[in-house]
Amino acid sequence: MKPGTRLKSAACDTEVMVIRCGDGSIECGGAPMGEAKPAEAAPLSADFSGGTLMGKRYVDADGAYELLCVKPGKGSLAVNGVVLSTKDAKPLPASD
Amino acid sequence: MNIALLLEMAAEAAPDRVALVCDAKRWTYGELLSAARGAVELIEASGASHVALLDESSEAAVIALFGAALAGVPYCPLNYRLADEDLAALLARIAPALVIGDTGRVAQIAGDQGHTALTRSDFATRAQSAAVDPERMYDFGEGIAVQLFTSGTTAAPKAAILRHSNLLGYILGSVEFASADEDDAALVVVPPYHIAGISALMSSIYANRRIVMLPSFEPAAWLKLVDAERVTNAFVVPTMLGRIIAAMEAGSPDVSSLRAVAYGGGKMPLEVIQKALERFPTTGFTNAYGLTETSSTIALLGPDEHRAALSSDDPAVRARLASLGQALPTVEIEIRDEDGKVVGPGEHGEIYVRGDQVSGEYKEKSALTADGWFPTRDAGYMDEEGYIFLSGRADDVIVRGGENMSPGEIEDVLLTHPAIADACACGIPSVEWGEAVGVALVLHDGHLEPAEDEIREMIRARLRSSRVPERVQVVKELPYNEMGKLLRREVKKILAD
Repeated sequence: MKPGTRLKSAACDTEVMVIRCGDGSIECGGAPMGEAKPAEAAPLSADFSGGTLMGKRYVDADGAYELLCVKPGKGSLAVNGVVLSTKDAKPLPASD
Repeated sequence: MNIALLLEMAAEAAPDRVALVCDAKRWTYGELLSAARGAVELIEASGASHVALLDESSEAAVIALFGAALAGVPYCPLNYRLADEDLAALLARIAPALVIGDTGRVAQIAGDQGHTALTRSDFATRAQSAAVDPERMYDFGEGIAVQLFTSGTTAAPKAAILRHSNLLGYILGSVEFASADEDDAALVVVPPYHIAGISALMSSIYANRRIVMLPSFEPAAWLKLVDAERVTNAFVVPTMLGRIIAAMEAGSPDVSSLRAVAYGGGKMPLEVIQKALERFPTTGFTNAYGLTETSSTIALLGPDEHRAALSSDDPAVRARLASLGQALPTVEIEIRDEDGKVVGPGEHGEIYVRGDQVSGEYKEKSALTADGWFPTRDAGYMDEEGYIFLSGRADDVIVRGGENMSPGEIEDVLLTHPAIADACACGIPSVEWGEAVGVALVLHDGHLEPAEDEIREMIRARLRSSRVPERVQVVKELPYNEMGKLLRREVKKILAD
C-alpha cells in the first residue's frame, strides 16, 4: 500500500485516500478495506459504526497512519481493530 | 495523490454551489469538474508534455490546472509580461505544450517549437463540450502537478517543481474541507503564474469558498468587486494594498464585508500597513510569507498580532508589525549561518525550512539538504519568541572587506528620514573593500534633497561606520517588477554608472 491509494469500505459507503500508512490492516465498519468493493457487502459491526465524515483526516495514536475520507459512510475507520481519531487542519487566518 | 481530488470532493459535496465568478459569469463545482475532465481529452489529443497558460486569470486557469492534474501532465502558467525572447526560451523548455491564451504570440515567437495553441474561449468551450466517458477512471501520475519558472531577479529563471504531494500536503494541513459559509467569497487578483494565485484556487475550492476573479488589478475595480460580490477574503501584494488605500481616499467604498486580507510577495512598507489597519478597522490582516518552492505560505503574522503590535508600548512587540510572523505548525523553520549551523535569537543568517509542502526542487536538481531542509536564500533573523524578520535575499548581502551586511538594515534607517519615500542599498564595486555600500533614494514630493553628509551621519549614528554609504544617488523611482519585487540588479547598474 502506498500514499495516494484509494480504499473502499466492505461494510458501508466510506472511501478514503491513504496519506500515510504502515503494514497493518486498514478497516472500516469492522471489515478490512480494499481497492475494490467485494461482491457481497460485509456486515457493519456495532463496535465500528460511528460513521465517517467527508473531508476529515483520521489518524492513529502514533501518527503512522493517516486517511482522508473522500466519501462518507456509516462505519468507523480502524487499524488492526483500534479505532482512529480525527485530525483537524490548522486553518490559516485568511485564504491566500 | 493528486490535486484533482480537491475539486472532485467539492463537486461531490456541493455540485451546484457557485465555485467561480469571473467577468460576471458563474461556474459551479460540478461544471468546473466536468470541464476539467473534458480538458483531459484535449490535452491527450494534443500529445503535449506540459499544459501552459499564457493569459490573465480566467476560468481557463482553473480548468487547465485540474485538467492537467487529471491528465498527469505538469501545469505551467507563464508570465505573459516577459519580453518575446525570454518567453520563447521558456516555451522551448516545455515543448511540446498545449498553450492556452495568446495564440498569436505563440505563433509569432515559438511557431517552430511544436506547440498546440488554443485561445482562452476555445479551450474553455471545447473542454466543456468534450465527450467524456462518465465511467472513465483517471489513472493519473502522482508526480509533478505544477512547474513554475522563478522570476529570476538575480539569475536565469529556474523551473521550480511542485509535486501533488507538496500541494496536497499544504492544502490538507491548512484548510478544513467545506469549512466556508455559503456567503464567503475570496477575491483572487494575483496573476495565474504566481504560486499565491495557484494556492488561492486550491484552498478556496477545498474550503468550498466562492472564488471571485479579477483578471488584472486596478484599485477601483478591486473595491467595486469587494462591494458587489460581498467579498470576505482577499490576498494582495504590498504595492496593490498601497494603491487600494490611495483609491479609498477618493470615495467611500463599502468594504464592510471584508473579514480577512492576507498579503505577501514582497516587503510591506510600515506606513502602508499602518494606514491599512486604520482604513479597514474591522478587517483582520495577515502577513503570509512563502516561496514558490514551498507551495506558498510557511510563516504568518496573524490579525491579532497586527493589532497587538500596533497598540503596544514594548518596542520588541511593536517591531513585529514588520515581521513575517511565526512558522506554520506544519513546518519547521531555522536560521543558519554560512557553515549551516543554527544561530541564536537576533542573529542574522539564512532562512531554512522543512515540511511536506516544501518541494525545494528544480527540474535541473533538488536544492534540499540530505535531511530535507530547503535553504530559501532569504536572509533574516528570529526573535526570542520565534517571530521571523526578513532582511533581504542572501544573494543581496553586501560584503565589505569581509564583513556581511544586509541591505534591509540600512534601508530601514534611511526610511526614517522625513524626506525619503523609498530606498535601496546595494553593493557597488570598490577597489579598497571589494564592495562598498551604495544607496539609491526616492524623495517624497515637495521635499528638498537631504545633504549627503546628513545621510551618512544618520547611518553612522544608528548603525556601524562600515554601513555608511560611499555613494548616494537620488532617483525618480526604484525599479520594481509587477509583483512588487525590487529589482536590485537594476539599481546596482544605476549606482555603478
